[in-house]
Amino acid sequence: MPRPLLTRHLGRPGRERIDAYLETGGYQAASTALRDLTPEKIVEIVEASGLRGRGGAGFPAGRKWKLTPKREGEARYLVVNADESEPGTFKDRTLIEQDPHQLLEGMLIAAYANQVHQAFVYLRGEFFAGYDRLRGALADAYARGYFGRNILGTGFDLEVVIHRGAGAYICGEETALLESLEGKRGFPRLKPPYYPAVKGLYGQPTVLNNVETLAHIPHIIALGVDGYRAYGPPVLYSVSGHVLDPGVKELPIGTPLREIIFEHAGGLRPGRTLKALFPGGSSSAILTAEHLDTPADFEPLAKLGSMLGSSAIIVMDDTTCMPAVIRRTVEFYRDESCGKCTPCREGTIWLSQILDRILLGRGRMEDLDLLDGIARNMTGTCFCPLGESVPPSLRASLRHFHEEYEHHIKTGACDVRPVAAAGA
Amino acid sequence: MARALSEAVLGEIARLRGLYPEPRSALLPALHAAQEEAGYLTEAAMEDVGRTLGVPLTEVVSVATFYEMFHLERPGRHHIRICTNLSCYLNGCDRVLEHLCGRLGVRPGETTPDGRVTVEAVQCLAACEEAPVLLIDAERHPRVSPAALDDLLARLA
Repeated sequence: MPRPLLTRHLGRPGRERIDAYLETGGYQAASTALRDLTPEKIVEIVEASGLRGRGGAGFPAGRKWKLTPKREGEARYLVVNADESEPGTFKDRTLIEQDPHQLLEGMLIAAYANQVHQAFVYLRGEFFAGYDRLRGALADAYARGYFGRNILGTGFDLEVVIHRGAGAYICGEETALLESLEGKRGFPRLKPPYYPAVKGLYGQPTVLNNVETLAHIPHIIALGVDGYRAYGPPVLYSVSGHVLDPGVKELPIGTPLREIIFEHAGGLRPGRTLKALFPGGSSSAILTAEHLDTPADFEPLAKLGSMLGSSAIIVMDDTTCMPAVIRRTVEFYRDESCGKCTPCREGTIWLSQILDRILLGRGRMEDLDLLDGIARNMTGTCFCPLGESVPPSLRASLRHFHEEYEHHIKTGACDVRPVAAAGA
Repeated sequence: MARALSEAVLGEIARLRGLYPEPRSALLPALHAAQEEAGYLTEAAMEDVGRTLGVPLTEVVSVATFYEMFHLERPGRHHIRICTNLSCYLNGCDRVLEHLCGRLGVRPGETTPDGRVTVEAVQCLAACEEAPVLLIDAERHPRVSPAALDDLLARLA
């Protein structure tokens, strides 16, 4: 297996200091890009690398950059989505806290490739430590001439503002993020226009990339397309839940779920068996042990009706009550729904009420069809991906664990050892 | 007209305004700055923010109430945010939350009567490898057990 690329220096004390970053070849890729490569050439390289957006949607990064109109004299922006909040996902926070210059270098290259002179990092408000690290790193990088005016004497200018969010999951949705960055409530925008690349911040062309996506960029430039792809290409899996060694696992994309969980995340606690997992955050349809040999990649997971999403793998062992997990998930979307559209606002409330009564032992058999029916009616009818994130896991749990719901309804009790008793 | 915010904070908000192509973009950072001063957002403070950025008070309030981190009432001197989402749930956060609320005699969302601590159950903090995880003010604490929580509470002023 290739050595890690993005996570090679993570966890090293003092890594946020610019000298530590420079010592390991930091900012050389940006220097090469600005001095020796044209913006068009960089877009071409990134497109050839096959890098897909790591925020969840998986849109090809190079194509997104190509889509961005680069008309002379027109303001363009780079916005970094650092509002990581999909349950189970923590790779971006880790990158920000433990190697902030890697992100900043990726931003600098992305800005140059798209001829952008103003960038914003929309940073999740609760990332207190990340804010301090990133702010310190940015100040150092400014002082050394990697940001600001006439960067490295090339005549290229770039200003960066770190913008703290204030607690709203919906702002991870890119158009809601832009609204929020404009000082408004984080409501998603009506589409079309579909792409912020064409019409984004203040209605101007806007390159909107996820933190991890940008962290790949310096390596693609430094190693070239083939050199980079020899690493997998790599992807960061956030693995958590009932595993012994949770954490960010950098592995070639398409590593089978079984290998990720049992070889790289320490497997399960002694005596436990795997019951279910989310392969791509709580918005992805849950899978079971029979799916463990599936490569954790976009297409194989889509084929199973699930998704790679933000590649957040949440593992659940046999002590897990599935209706309780689904209730927790539904409550999350209910609480974070912006309330703008009816299917999401009402659907999540109805679903959580029904799940409540099932778990309180007051469920009825027809509740199971009702849950599925509401979920079906939310599918394809919500204004933005938030509401659309609810049905997949709920419906998959009804398919895979129908008898468990039935047991709750028939006996008023749970037939698995409760989570709390299982201990941490 | 009397100002609710200090000259220092008003100056900071004016600086923030200058960072953006459109002043209104500075609203969230300005509200953070205003809240840092008093611990919460009073109507007078929001008026000051609005005046400095050219945003009507009604819109400032509308924005402030949309985001969970802004408080319109005085919170405790310390703010404990405990994640109750999936990975933390799977690793026993409910026990920790119950213990916390029991020790302080509050329910999630409430502040102790002496104004010392506000407890809040929050969404995924993007630190699932540290589950169950909580934030005490700006500091994150990993793998918190009820016993570890007792130690943390004892150290709070």
